[in-house]
Amino acid sequence: MAESDTQPDTQPETRHGIGVSPGTAYGPVVQVAPPVRPPADEKAVDDEEAALADVRAAFESVAVSLEERATRVDDTAQQILKATALIARDKGLVKAAAKELAAGHGRAHSIENAVETYAAQFEALGGYFAERVADLRDVGSRAVAAVLGVPAPGVPPFSEPSVIVAEDLAPAETATLDRRLVVGIITEAGGRTSHTAILAAQMGIPAVVQLAGATEIAPGTPVALDGDTGEVTIAPDMELVTAQRERAARRAEALGRLSGPGRTSDGAEVALLANIGGVEDAVAAGAQDLEGVGLFRTEFVYLSAAKAPTVEEQTEIYRGVFAPFEGRRVVVRTLDAGADKPLKFADLGPEENPALGRRGLRLSAERPDLLDAQLEALAIAARETGADVRVMAPMVATAEEAAWFARRVRENGLPKAGVMIEVPGAALRAHHVLGEVDFGSLGTNDLAQYTMAADRMQGALSDLLDPWQPAVLDVVGLACDGAARVNRPIGVCGESAGDPLLALVLVGLGVSSLSMAPSKVPVVRLALSLHSVAECQAIAVAARSARTAVDALTAVREAARTELTDLL
Amino acid sequence: MATRTVTIASSVGLHARPAALFVEAASASGLDVEIAKPGEDPVDATSILGVMALGARHGEEVVLTADGDGADETLDSLVELLSRDLDAE
Repeated sequence: MAESDTQPDTQPETRHGIGVSPGTAYGPVVQVAPPVRPPADEKAVDDEEAALADVRAAFESVAVSLEERATRVDDTAQQILKATALIARDKGLVKAAAKELAAGHGRAHSIENAVETYAAQFEALGGYFAERVADLRDVGSRAVAAVLGVPAPGVPPFSEPSVIVAEDLAPAETATLDRRLVVGIITEAGGRTSHTAILAAQMGIPAVVQLAGATEIAPGTPVALDGDTGEVTIAPDMELVTAQRERAARRAEALGRLSGPGRTSDGAEVALLANIGGVEDAVAAGAQDLEGVGLFRTEFVYLSAAKAPTVEEQTEIYRGVFAPFEGRRVVVRTLDAGADKPLKFADLGPEENPALGRRGLRLSAERPDLLDAQLEALAIAARETGADVRVMAPMVATAEEAAWFARRVRENGLPKAGVMIEVPGAALRAHHVLGEVDFGSLGTNDLAQYTMAADRMQGALSDLLDPWQPAVLDVVGLACDGAARVNRPIGVCGESAGDPLLALVLVGLGVSSLSMAPSKVPVVRLALSLHSVAECQAIAVAARSARTAVDALTAVREAARTELTDLL
Repeated sequence: MATRTVTIASSVGLHARPAALFVEAASASGLDVEIAKPGEDPVDATSILGVMALGARHGEEVVLTADGDGADETLDSLVELLSRDLDAE
């Protein structure tokens, strides 16, 4: 392709984002024009009336062009464009802009300030509301362009099948992309529930979000992307492109053949669960083919709050999370805050080593009132929704802590208490720690951090944090042995659980549930279906026999069935 | 002045599509309709930004008020709208 000839020096480089729309794509990059900003030297207006009329006309022209585009797209895109047009027609926006004009700002600045007033409110609300900020800013940027008389921001004209790259795509842009010319989408920002993700999936365009440095890729550079794995290769050679394409097709076919609960080839049950962080995640995961939630992180309930959330406020949120899982399990992790993510209402002061400080259950021990309020709310919501709610504590190190937590859970009327196994001390003494509770859940990210004494936030130490480190696998194995001695189920809720090869190792070590990003469930289901428990045990032995993390991965790749490894 | 209290049924709260449908219905009535969380300042129900900025989530109550001819009928139809899970339809 012509673009690769003009970039002979570009070496292939592979990066990882989050795959949000399956399939592979290859093509030159088209960078989306960034939003239009008001000029720094914009003059204040002299005729406020006339300026307001201009601002009104600018918003109106944006609304009209959005509605005009809405007539040319399918239903879903149409609803989004119409909703965005409603924003452009909002009286509140014009009123806010009028105030800005009166305060002496220029036309473009008044528009932008008005938009930002609302954007700040949406961002403070978080979740779904915060994701609407992209729609709002898109309206603002288009209105600024209109009032300045410059071309609208967005996708520049192009005629060759291309990969569209942007900081984040506004709905108006995503919805009106030409399916024949857009072979793939990459954004630097965005999330699993952003418009880009939803629309790309509906339009069948492979997409990757949260790719670091995406907007710095030079226009015209060829890229290959895999919307399942999130892998993006800049300036790939054609062999890689072909291999990636064939592999993705075979993978889609293999994954499509399977559904239902996780099972090994000889029928042993391994629950496939989702990691979630809020109501919107719960709604999305609840609609998918999985057996429940293995890790519900409850921090979001607290982190933005100025004062401790009441039992009623919490009950409301938990109800929303549990409702999609009636009859299915939801494992809730109680508040996991510490000096690195302090709470305004429970700040125990700065610490030299927050990861080793008063966090997790240690904070709950200082502030049992917070824990009791959370457990009470969880119990009410559990009763009302019919979800199989199980509660576990983070950062448990000893059997006494486990017993203390279990007693509080039961006193609050919740039937099942468990603990996270993320402290090596708790893993080594799992038979005593888990003897006090009903189940254990391995947090492999923290367990690796504490086992290898390597800060998770320190990127330069990522080799030490590799979940394939044999020492980490040993600690996991010891925890599983301890759980088996006291006949308690133990699961994994770290990132390892979503890696199909590591999942085999974990099952071989004795794990009976795997909790992961919901998008990883199908490939893990496939991996399990191709191996018996005895094969998983042999694979685990191979991994633990390795001398290094790289050797462990290589050994498992060789020991696993080629029907699986050919697809990865 | 007519008043109604209703619980938001939409599983994702009053945002995006549910908010757009609500605002369209309120605008179509031609009346001055306001929406508020109990005890908080009301906002114009024909402003999608105002309605979304309420941040009304699933299961939360909101208070609707309207003035003029047909206020009761308008509010009844808006209550009916908010009592459905608009995102699931």
